[in-house]
Amino acid sequence: MALAAVTRSISPMVPRPFRVEKVVRDVSDTFTLHLRPEEGRRAFPFAPGQFNMLYLFGVGEVPISISGDPGEPDRLIHTIRSVGTVTARMAALGKGDVVGVRGPFGSAWPVEAAEGSDVVIVAGGVGLAPLRPAIYHIITNRGKYGRLRILYGARTPRDILFRGQLERWSSRLDTFVDVTVDRASGDWHGNVGVVTRLIAHGGFDPDNTVAMVCGPEIMMRFTLQALADRGVASDRTHVSMERNMKCAVGFCGHCQYGGNFVCRDGPVFRFDRIEDIFAVREF
Amino acid sequence: MTMVQIEGLDKLLREHPFFDGMDDAYRELVSGCAANEVFQAGAYIYKEGQAADKFYLIRHGRVALEVHVPGKSPIIVDTLKAGDLMGWSWLVPPYRASFDARALELTRLLSLDAACLRGKMEEDPALGYDLHKRFTPVMASRLAAARHQLIDMYGHPGD
Amino acid sequence: MAGPDAPGRNKMAIDRNGLQDLIDALVGDGYRVIGPRIADGAVVLEPVAGVDDLPAGWRDEQDGGRYRLVDGGGDSLFEFGPGPQAWKRYLYPPTERLWRARRRGKGFAIEDDATETPRYAFLGVRACDIHALAIHDRVFDGGRGTDPGYQARRREAFVIAVNCTRAGGTCFCVSMGTGPKAEAGFDLALTELVDGNRHDFLVEAGSERGAQVLARIDHREAGDEDVTSADAALARTAETMGREMVPDVAGLLGRNLEHPQWNKVAERCLTCANCTLVCPTCFCSTVEDVTDLTGDTAERWRKWDSCFTVDFSYIHGGSIRREGAARYRQWMTHKLSTWHQQFGSSGCVGCGRCITWCPVGIDITEEARAIRDSEGDG
Repeated sequence: MALAAVTRSISPMVPRPFRVEKVVRDVSDTFTLHLRPEEGRRAFPFAPGQFNMLYLFGVGEVPISISGDPGEPDRLIHTIRSVGTVTARMAALGKGDVVGVRGPFGSAWPVEAAEGSDVVIVAGGVGLAPLRPAIYHIITNRGKYGRLRILYGARTPRDILFRGQLERWSSRLDTFVDVTVDRASGDWHGNVGVVTRLIAHGGFDPDNTVAMVCGPEIMMRFTLQALADRGVASDRTHVSMERNMKCAVGFCGHCQYGGNFVCRDGPVFRFDRIEDIFAVREF
Repeated sequence: MTMVQIEGLDKLLREHPFFDGMDDAYRELVSGCAANEVFQAGAYIYKEGQAADKFYLIRHGRVALEVHVPGKSPIIVDTLKAGDLMGWSWLVPPYRASFDARALELTRLLSLDAACLRGKMEEDPALGYDLHKRFTPVMASRLAAARHQLIDMYGHPGD
Repeated sequence: MAGPDAPGRNKMAIDRNGLQDLIDALVGDGYRVIGPRIADGAVVLEPVAGVDDLPAGWRDEQDGGRYRLVDGGGDSLFEFGPGPQAWKRYLYPPTERLWRARRRGKGFAIEDDATETPRYAFLGVRACDIHALAIHDRVFDGGRGTDPGYQARRREAFVIAVNCTRAGGTCFCVSMGTGPKAEAGFDLALTELVDGNRHDFLVEAGSERGAQVLARIDHREAGDEDVTSADAALARTAETMGREMVPDVAGLLGRNLEHPQWNKVAERCLTCANCTLVCPTCFCSTVEDVTDLTGDTAERWRKWDSCFTVDFSYIHGGSIRREGAARYRQWMTHKLSTWHQQFGSSGCVGCGRCITWCPVGIDITEEARAIRDSEGDG
């Protein structure tokens, strides 16, 4: 008549405590946390494009893409935009505070499959953060790729995320960076216009390009059209989708996108695999 | 959608400001590609991405041009009223609508079959030039207006 | 086909007293026996101590948005269809604490939270619900990841199927290939044989565990007449199904994501979420992080959720599925279409609960038919 016992401490729903080593204020309502585990192995290996569930004790949990260098797994870095209850409380975190981490979850940018091709990275707003790990990887392994083009759009010059890094990447002889803003005041000498215009400038071979796109869904919609108009096939284009997530391990059902669970089959999708449902509103 | 006799359509085209001064022969040609359409309030006349196989002259009513943004209500970027021309994507490959067009109230339109017209313009470049000349100022003024909207004139100083 | 040595494929029979013996044996083995009982005018799933707790003589009348219990005046114990509850409320409870943590300095420590796994014996699981259990096995324990709580409770659960000798008012198991006969997935399966002269149950063992319990209670070998009566009852049930799902509904819905029928059904749908609550396969949940007043202890709870709520698809600033039409479409296309891509089968078992418990009587078989009949229109 013995009743079986179940220990839940190994469950994937349990967060690991990580300590905040550094907080960097980025632009407007965006900030970056540098985290280190409280105990156990220091390294946190992940693939570019993956995300963690970040937990604030007693407040709640949110899915946030990892924005650090996958080649430096000793540092776990997340760039967060303050848009709701949990992220607003996270914006008040300081060095020494603790955050719970579950992950890494999800699919990755195809950085290995893209070797030998030109790479076009198109980011909008805070969408540059989930792409940064892919950029790090490509630059670290620069010789394995053809041309590298990083196209970035922001609202105004003051909203340009990772501006210093964009300028450093831009100064490399083997990397082309193009930044545009929706509008600017007189002292901005860069581009003004939507980011899709930058795609029309070319500088990559559409028949041998892998495109990686991340930003608000509406920006991705126009960008994907511009890439297709330029001749980049939809099975060479990858997007990072975002949906409501509660568990991140495929049980809660919130992140369903057609037959896909964005937490497991995404967030990075090869576009031809979701092309049909991408066009269906409110799906 | 009701088909009105060719004579009736020709009269409507003659009266519409957009075709003011158009050669009679051309106008008759154009009216051969025309039809009357009615949309109830709230109905979509076309949606972003659809084949732009018509353009419209608004005879009565109001139409909103909008963008569907996932997670939000649609954003209206322009409203058009009686006398306005609607739709120029039919002139620009790949001939796909750039925005949603939704009737804000009961709206009567004169619709013009784009495929029909494109064919006629190919056959007679002078007709093509005439139509392009009429369209270009409309497109230019809409573009300028859109850019002025971008200025966010009413936004916070220091934005 | 089971060979001569396979456990219990020879048909046995027990009488009403035998059913009591079966319940007693299971209780003696440490099981909590859960079975059909009447409460609040419906057949619910609650602990039963004996045969007298079962709804003797009661039958149900079900239709779109309608459920009534009628006292048939007879002795039958299982002459009703699925009620508003499904067995998921035991294996996958509506609320479950996932963990508890205590604050420690600036950090926190998760407490080891060993709990005892309940041992349930489910009495009266219909064929449709047997399929629903198998579907949940694929969701919670099927190679995509495991919910340890579900897995433990499921392994302990003893399943006594009951074959339906009367078609329910809203069922369509035949067209879904899920009934009326339970073919596998049970420890024991009963078919009630009751008339003025006798009250017996044809019994089939479906597992080693089931055969062993059967061996310990009073039973006899079933006669040919028992078997033919049972077969005839099941055949009658299959023939009197009032509804059917159109064939290839998965492909049909996948091709018609923008069909005008979605807006039509949305004019009636209240997005009340009843269908997801009564559905035996719906599994969506939400996670709630709570803390006590001192802020020193935090808990994470999992609770049932429904794709019909506007919040379900909320991401910063707005919900993806704002319109009721989009939410109804999500539920129906998931249940009947995208479930195949996710779990290799339909998510629907044809139990009819969603039709009965919809306050406005929306019928997914009708909705599917409406789309099929006007495919390509609009």
